Amino acid sequence: MKIHEFQAKQLFQQFNVPVPRGQVAATAEEAKKIAQDLGGKVVVKAQIHAGGRGKGGGVKLANSPDEAAKVASQIIGMQLITHQTGPQGQKVQRVLIEEQMPIERELYFAILLDNAIGMPILMASAEGGMDIEAVAANTPEKIIRIPVDPATGYQPYQGRQIAFGLGLRGDLLRSAVQLFGALYDLYVSKDCSLVEVNPLVVTTDGRLLPLDAKVTFDDNADFRHKDLVELRDKDEEDPLEVQAHEMGILNYIKLDGNIGCVVNGAGLAMATMDSIKLAGGEPANFLDIGTVNDSERVVNALKIITADPAVKVVLFNIFGGMARVDVIAQGIIDAQKQFNIDVPVVARLAGTNVDEGEALLAAAKVNVIRAKDLGEAAKLAVQAAK
Amino acid sequence: MSILVGKQTRLLVQGMTGREGSAQTERCIQYGTTVVAGVTPGRGGEIVLERPVFDTVREAVKATQANVSLIFVPPAGAADAILEAAEAGIPVVVCITEGIPTLDMVRVKRALRGSGVTLIGPNCPGVITPGEARVGIMPGQVFLPGRVGVISRSGTLVYEAVDQLTALGIGQSTCVGVGGDPVIGTTQTQALAMFNDDPGTDAVVLIGEIGGTAEQEAAEYIRSSMKKPVVVFIAGSTAPAGRRMGHAGAVIAGNQGTAAAKKDALAKAGAVICGSPAEIGATMAKVLKR
Repeated sequence: MKIHEFQAKQLFQQFNVPVPRGQVAATAEEAKKIAQDLGGKVVVKAQIHAGGRGKGGGVKLANSPDEAAKVASQIIGMQLITHQTGPQGQKVQRVLIEEQMPIERELYFAILLDNAIGMPILMASAEGGMDIEAVAANTPEKIIRIPVDPATGYQPYQGRQIAFGLGLRGDLLRSAVQLFGALYDLYVSKDCSLVEVNPLVVTTDGRLLPLDAKVTFDDNADFRHKDLVELRDKDEEDPLEVQAHEMGILNYIKLDGNIGCVVNGAGLAMATMDSIKLAGGEPANFLDIGTVNDSERVVNALKIITADPAVKVVLFNIFGGMARVDVIAQGIIDAQKQFNIDVPVVARLAGTNVDEGEALLAAAKVNVIRAKDLGEAAKLAVQAAK
Repeated sequence: MSILVGKQTRLLVQGMTGREGSAQTERCIQYGTTVVAGVTPGRGGEIVLERPVFDTVREAVKATQANVSLIFVPPAGAADAILEAAEAGIPVVVCITEGIPTLDMVRVKRALRGSGVTLIGPNCPGVITPGEARVGIMPGQVFLPGRVGVISRSGTLVYEAVDQLTALGIGQSTCVGVGGDPVIGTTQTQALAMFNDDPGTDAVVLIGEIGGTAEQEAAEYIRSSMKKPVVVFIAGSTAPAGRRMGHAGAVIAGNQGTAAAKKDALAKAGAVICGSPAEIGATMAKVLKR
């Protein structure tokens, strides 16, 4: 789960990480009031989950409360387009009003998982404020990477290695060691998958502060962080994906094509999308229906997929292991009874209880185009979509 | 011959009394796997599926000499279950559970380092040596005993690949689902090395997917050490960047995570790449004829 910058900074404060003074505003009047409280000179920052807000015109300076109100009124409600939002952009609902910082240097700091070693790493660079993936690709030697052993946790010497590597000395060294440790505490205790500060700034008056903040949580750990649920902003998510989630279809991702897919297993779901593409079609979604124990979930999946007006055909590709083909077949039959599926359904069914599933479909006489394997299923679906 | 599991396997199931645990254990027994015990804390002394249930893994091992554990414990308790199996001296632990918090697996992986325990998974379909032992959740009827090893991050793609192999009369030595999570016990590279050393395996199907750099590491192993042909399919060529495609590990971040980058690395290392998931069997048939 992603959260907004202002929420991430509130979390930072809970972990004793100093952040610039500021508050979030939903209207120009609120923005003005906050700017007055902050002394007039502020930064107005659009709060959307996507990165690249500055380049898209979502971050602006204001040198008086009136200017803050004016800038806020421009940004709130705009459809902000960045390299991460897609061409349709994301509507801005709120802005963060923050005091302006006298910046001397911009650094980069992050904590994330290194899959290859199965450990968190602290990652830092003196090249802050830039696209870190570009820095990593072009000048990998400018990135400091230090793994943290989960058995011992963060150690101050690791913080010093980074701080010296970034050229921080004296009071700044002490601040950095404390700040990195505090962010590591946050990373572990809230089950984060990413804590990123870009830029981390050194101010002309000798302070070290996160100017931006990005925190992403591991969805698998939701069950032990009930307090984080309220940070979720459904406005940032695709409405169909939100609806799917509420109906228990957890792994639905809307795409731009016209062939709806219901598949069991994430790998097979991706392979099905790949096959559709190879057959000359475009998938309308990714959907891993998972281990199906009741046909209701199949009905819900069909509801979600056919709610997308672009969908011209639904392709079932089921290879039952823990999931049972007879349950899937029953779901298709139930769905056709409950509502009118006005697009063709192509089904490739194999694996656990396939004979029982076939028998159910035959007895119910439902209209399903049958495919014997993955390749044929993709071809038939592409034909039916034309 | 085979790897990890076989005729010698004496299987213990942690979470055998749960709904999926019992249904799947029953299928393991029907397949011919030697299932010796179940463990469910608080249910010790019961008999389920004609097997004794114990409160702890230690007791179960002492009483039954179990040498492989299969775990169906829910996400919140799965890391604990893996560590309990390891502490009790079980050398091969297979964890099916999907949805374990990543940091739990980080700690488990660290704790298992140097222990000699081989963990398969989590978030995987398990391991099967056709005709000998099914330790997992796969549909047993699609597998055929033979000499091709299968390694996959995805469960259902194991079934897909095996179905194609079996239809062409190509049997399998062992099939290993290494799991779809970012932190897994046994990597594709480690599984490749096991097949490389297995006299019962002539060739390997490796099924990867987007996200991470495990396929690049496998490519490096193939280039430097693999003595047997490897046929590869990488799922997710059409996946959009930045989205988690079901598997927690399947998110493209940076250029290395893309299907194209992985295929490129593996092709350069000498693996045979399948462009389509429908051609895995046919590609292996061609490779075996050479």
